[in-house]
Amino acid sequence: MKADIRVALVGNPNTGKSTLFNALTGLNQKIGNFPGVTVDKKIGYTTLPDGRKAEIIDLPGTYSLYPKSKDESIVFSVLAEKETELTPDLVVVILDATNLKRNLLLYTQVADLKIPVIIALNMMDMAAKANIQIDIDLLSRRLGVPVVPVSARKVEGIDDLKKIISFANTHALQVEGIEVQAIAPAIIAAIKEELHIDNPYFALQLAHQHETLNFLTPAQSDRIEALELEHGFHSQKAQATETIARYNYINDVLYDTVKTPVTAHDESLSNKIDKVLTHRVFGFIIFMGVLLFMFQSIFAWSAYPMSLIEDLFVWTEGGLRQVLPTGPLADLLIDGVVAGLSGVLVFIPQIAILFAFISILEDTGYMSRVTFMMDRIMRKVGLNGKSVVPLIGGFACAVPSIMSTRTIENWKDRMITIMVTPLVACSARLPVYTLLIALVVPSRNVWWLFNLQGLALTGMYVLSLLSAVIVAYVMKFVLKARERGYFIMELPVYRMPRWNNVLFSMYERSKAFVLQAGKVIIAVSIILWVLSSYGPGNRFEKIEQKYQQPQFTKTMKPDSLTRVISTEKLENSYAGILGHVIEPVIKPLGFDWKIGIALITSFAAREVFVGTMATIYSVEGDADRIDSVQDKMRNAKNAQGKPVFSFAVAFSLMMFYAFAMQCASTVAVVYRETKDWRWPAAQFAYMTALAYGAAFLVYHLLK
Amino acid sequence: MTLSQLEVGETGVVKEFTDLEMSVKLMEMGCLPGEQVRVSRIAPLGDPIAIHVAGYQLSLRKFEASTIILQ
Repeated sequence: MKADIRVALVGNPNTGKSTLFNALTGLNQKIGNFPGVTVDKKIGYTTLPDGRKAEIIDLPGTYSLYPKSKDESIVFSVLAEKETELTPDLVVVILDATNLKRNLLLYTQVADLKIPVIIALNMMDMAAKANIQIDIDLLSRRLGVPVVPVSARKVEGIDDLKKIISFANTHALQVEGIEVQAIAPAIIAAIKEELHIDNPYFALQLAHQHETLNFLTPAQSDRIEALELEHGFHSQKAQATETIARYNYINDVLYDTVKTPVTAHDESLSNKIDKVLTHRVFGFIIFMGVLLFMFQSIFAWSAYPMSLIEDLFVWTEGGLRQVLPTGPLADLLIDGVVAGLSGVLVFIPQIAILFAFISILEDTGYMSRVTFMMDRIMRKVGLNGKSVVPLIGGFACAVPSIMSTRTIENWKDRMITIMVTPLVACSARLPVYTLLIALVVPSRNVWWLFNLQGLALTGMYVLSLLSAVIVAYVMKFVLKARERGYFIMELPVYRMPRWNNVLFSMYERSKAFVLQAGKVIIAVSIILWVLSSYGPGNRFEKIEQKYQQPQFTKTMKPDSLTRVISTEKLENSYAGILGHVIEPVIKPLGFDWKIGIALITSFAAREVFVGTMATIYSVEGDADRIDSVQDKMRNAKNAQGKPVFSFAVAFSLMMFYAFAMQCASTVAVVYRETKDWRWPAAQFAYMTALAYGAAFLVYHLLK
Repeated sequence: MTLSQLEVGETGVVKEFTDLEMSVKLMEMGCLPGEQVRVSRIAPLGDPIAIHVAGYQLSLRKFEASTIILQ
């Protein structure tokens, strides 16, 4: 879409920037990546009152142009880089009217870049409630730029903002703020001259950030480095001087434009809520309660839509079977593509619900309190208060949880969280565990109250959390920190969630999941389908011919004959041959080639295990009948005539499923979040090694 | 006296910082020399703490608070 004017939205976190973006653009938005980085780029379109089309770029929330996370570093690049497809014609700086002082810091920095600026003064309703009086006209005159009062949450003032955007000047109108030149006169003059730059603040920012800016050539960056040495430029000292100068200026601006009462009304209410929610006893109890409710809901509310999606796919598959001529093409489409697609789409309800909760918890401000309460414990094991949410979410599904690690600014903490989240027992492991536990653990009560099978299952869940914590602790020493860890974080005032944002978040995350992870899952499903449907040479034909002979057709019923044929075909398929190939490797774990096939197919997704077992032991009826799978598995005997699924084998298998990275979606999403194949590869390697070791140990201990 | 030594409810005025890198981050967040700060709560496990500064609530670890010297 071609736009007439490009507008960038800039502002502090928690100022309602996303809400304003959604109010301006509605569903007319798309998410991409900024070139070369993993940061999500949100672009939307809106029509201005004069009929022109405006492209709106939502830049990550930041407190200043000096970045603290990867997300934040984008802001300066986009604003400063000249004549790219992202360079804005106009910047809308969104300020929280209830906290103008801190919010104006970012404004003064952006204004000094001399890009045309408009101020959107958000949360005017909250400011009025808190008795904060702002003289908007005077503020506008002081700064020299238009100031538009809005309330993004109530969708008030949006039309005014659009009008001002359409009238906006192409020249920067802002008055001079601080004297930038005085901060570091020598280096600013030198950079201005050598790189032919007019703007002193731009020159100063280059001095600070030249190492991370993509638009500078290496030669330019080296030259700036040399100039810094020559003029004795100290980045942090200059930054401190600048910040103090800016706050002095802001105090002058606000002196007679804003009247704040001694205690804001909302703050005191927030304080009362905090007394309960971060209480040393109730705080943790309430947090546990919230989590419990979240899980119950993820399982309970997703059950119905998930079965609907499954039904829809069964119906589609049936329809396609009738329409398409039988043959390998139809099989590939139905058993490969459509089956793979259903494996992706069936997760959407869980992802959407998990993100609805996360978005509500973030919006209300509760998430920062959880972070605040948990930071001490999490730091001990190499994580961060903010890792709590993904780890807990991992009980449902690692995929959305890994996506939610983006809120962790510290690179090392975020990477460790991503690396250990798949260890947490996700819902896909549940069918595997229940099947195997039912097979070997007697259903009998101990100490009157506890069912042995239930205890075994609880044990698997506890083990998963423990292993995540231990691995995190080890990784704390393996990974090198890129930056100093710190925890300087705003605790926003409690607010009602914005339901529109919740819906947008559900929609966006689900879409991102389907588009990004979906590709990989479908590819893997197709490969698995090919591997299990074809064999080398004419082995399949020979099997067909063998069973056409009268001794089989006469003595066996047609459907049991089909089962025997498909079992033998599976054994002779590439997957079956692979199973035989890896048998020597998995033999020490107590597994045979049939379990080997299940292990291989499970690398697409863990829940495939039950289906594969069903196919291999050729169960009557459908694969969902776990009982019959269980009977077949119980009766399965090895060459020595002993049961295949002994206590030791079943637990060894469970250990393997507990630790192994058997989930194509997770691999895909880890790649998407880290943009480097080495991370998912390392994760896959360490988890497989852990799985093998644990299974080996358990098998030999229990044998 | 440093900020980490204040009890809940006590106030102080920021004088200077002992750590330049930390000071840059704290000042950006409105925690400047001359600014009044009040400890509003301490996390259930004793760390981090939450302070009231420049009209809003900021949380920081005890170590970070110990780099802020009060008047």
